[in-house]
Amino acid sequence: MASNLLEFEAPISELRAKIEELRHCVDDDTLNISREIEQLETKLHKLTESTYGKLTPWQVTQVARHPERPHAVDYLEQVFDDFEELHGDRAFRDDPAIIGGMARLSGRAVMVIAQEKGRTTQDKVRRNFGMPRPEGYRKALRLMQMAERFHLPLITLIDTPGAYPGIDAEERGQAEAIARNLEVMAGLKTPIVSIVIGEGGSGGALAIGVCDRLIMLEYSIYSVISPEGCAAILWKEAAHADLAAEAMAVNATALHEIGLVDHIVTEPLGGAHRDPEAAAESIRAALNAQFDQLRGLQTDDLVDRRYQKLMGFGRFEGV
Amino acid sequence: MNWLDRLLPSKIRTDQGSKRSVPGGVWEKCGGCGAVLYQPDMVRNMSVCPKCGHHDRIGARDRLTKFLDPDSGVELGAEVRPVDFLKFKDSRRYKERLTKTQKSTGEVDALVVMEGMLKGRPLVTCAFEFSFMGGSMGSVVGERFALAGQRALEQHVPFICFSASGGARMQEALMSLMQLAKTSAVLGRLRAAGIPYISVLTDPTTGGVSASLAMLGDINLAEPRALIGFAGPRVIEQTVRETLPEGFQRSEFLLEHGTVDQIVDRREMRDRVAKLLDLLLDRPAA
Repeated sequence: MASNLLEFEAPISELRAKIEELRHCVDDDTLNISREIEQLETKLHKLTESTYGKLTPWQVTQVARHPERPHAVDYLEQVFDDFEELHGDRAFRDDPAIIGGMARLSGRAVMVIAQEKGRTTQDKVRRNFGMPRPEGYRKALRLMQMAERFHLPLITLIDTPGAYPGIDAEERGQAEAIARNLEVMAGLKTPIVSIVIGEGGSGGALAIGVCDRLIMLEYSIYSVISPEGCAAILWKEAAHADLAAEAMAVNATALHEIGLVDHIVTEPLGGAHRDPEAAAESIRAALNAQFDQLRGLQTDDLVDRRYQKLMGFGRFEGV
Repeated sequence: MNWLDRLLPSKIRTDQGSKRSVPGGVWEKCGGCGAVLYQPDMVRNMSVCPKCGHHDRIGARDRLTKFLDPDSGVELGAEVRPVDFLKFKDSRRYKERLTKTQKSTGEVDALVVMEGMLKGRPLVTCAFEFSFMGGSMGSVVGERFALAGQRALEQHVPFICFSASGGARMQEALMSLMQLAKTSAVLGRLRAAGIPYISVLTDPTTGGVSASLAMLGDINLAEPRALIGFAGPRVIEQTVRETLPEGFQRSEFLLEHGTVDQIVDRREMRDRVAKLLDLLLDRPAA
């Protein structure tokens, strides 16, 4: 686990190690030890709380990318029931960076489209680290339109560093694939709720993220370019990613303040990976709450409101 | 210049004090073939090299006035101006960058919208100003584009866009990304209403602008040899760690791969767009 330790978590992990040490310590004075353990655990809880209470945008970025953070495959299992995966774009191939299919959310049938980064090395390579190619976006498009035809609400789980910037992706029209999804999602005649579960990497994320309601997990990020990419261009040094993360306001709380995010799902103390089941439970509750609000709307009204929401994006003078 | 010099006919004037006997900018080198070209000739030729056909980048306002019938263009959305709502600061403040760029380009932001006539056909058109922060799309570009689309929708006239952009504007962060959705949503409404949208991709069109409004034309046109793609060539090279093939992400490459319908020479743009619209709307040939 030590290799997955984030820098700012060092004091927490030291304390945790100390507690473990005491637990395994064989001593006559059991009572004293257990009392000390208790004290240390209270201290650990407080320290974790205070550390996570004031994470910088860059630290949030690190939690959002944490190697143990639950992925789409985990939530597909824990948030939904009866998931049936559907494969392929019907034109070129199946892209494992995007998973799609039908499932039940608290009993109701829904269409789910999700980005998956992969867990093991082999799986990561197969899923291209969650960077979809055009065929992935076209598979998503096919499923979106199917959701519309069968009146299934659409849920998208966002977790990608971005759309794949490769030669083959360009050849097959990466830009067009993303653009098409934006246009279709904007007018799709079924409710759409998107949730950023980890990393929302630019156009590659938005291509499955045009929605009626945008939810972000507390320690997820969403940005127009990765902090490293932004730093490389504007600061001429990727090492200034912390400054870029701060300046771009990539974290959920900052984006909620600007009005781009509708709802934030609170994560278990120390991040979703500390208690994936609790995180899944919160996600299910949040999704249900959003759909409860959307269900009363007539389809035309729903699509019109979405359009007005999109038209309202922007800060400028004049008009 | 003193009063005596002013009285003298220009041929008798001495060149005293003027270091610019051949003022800068009269001659320029072609970016394609390297030929030395007389600048007024280039202006007459719409900044296309008469020797090799290289299409030099041109400004948004210049492009629109040349595309529309003389004196027919009326600007829309000029009142929409940028604000630094994030107080974004890297090595310089966004606010300072805006002021400086506004001064150097004479534009308020990176998109100019006009309503006007093309060979007598009413339409709405817009063009990106690449020299304004790389033609990047932030709130103002998105709002002006949306206004343009809405106008075309209300007037039931075609909408033509000339793109030239590096993508979304980082200084407006996620709000810039949302402009991709906003502009695409407007185009969805045009499509549903059966109003033609022609996207003309010019050098360069990459990133968020290519991944939204630029690729959504009923017809996508490109100027010759324009760089067009989602990711920039440098990013791709760093990702795949190999040298990119010759001509990769150029207009001709996109034509071959099925992304654009035609490659059109700038000097023929007016004729071609008018003809395409007439066919699309089944109007009698001019």
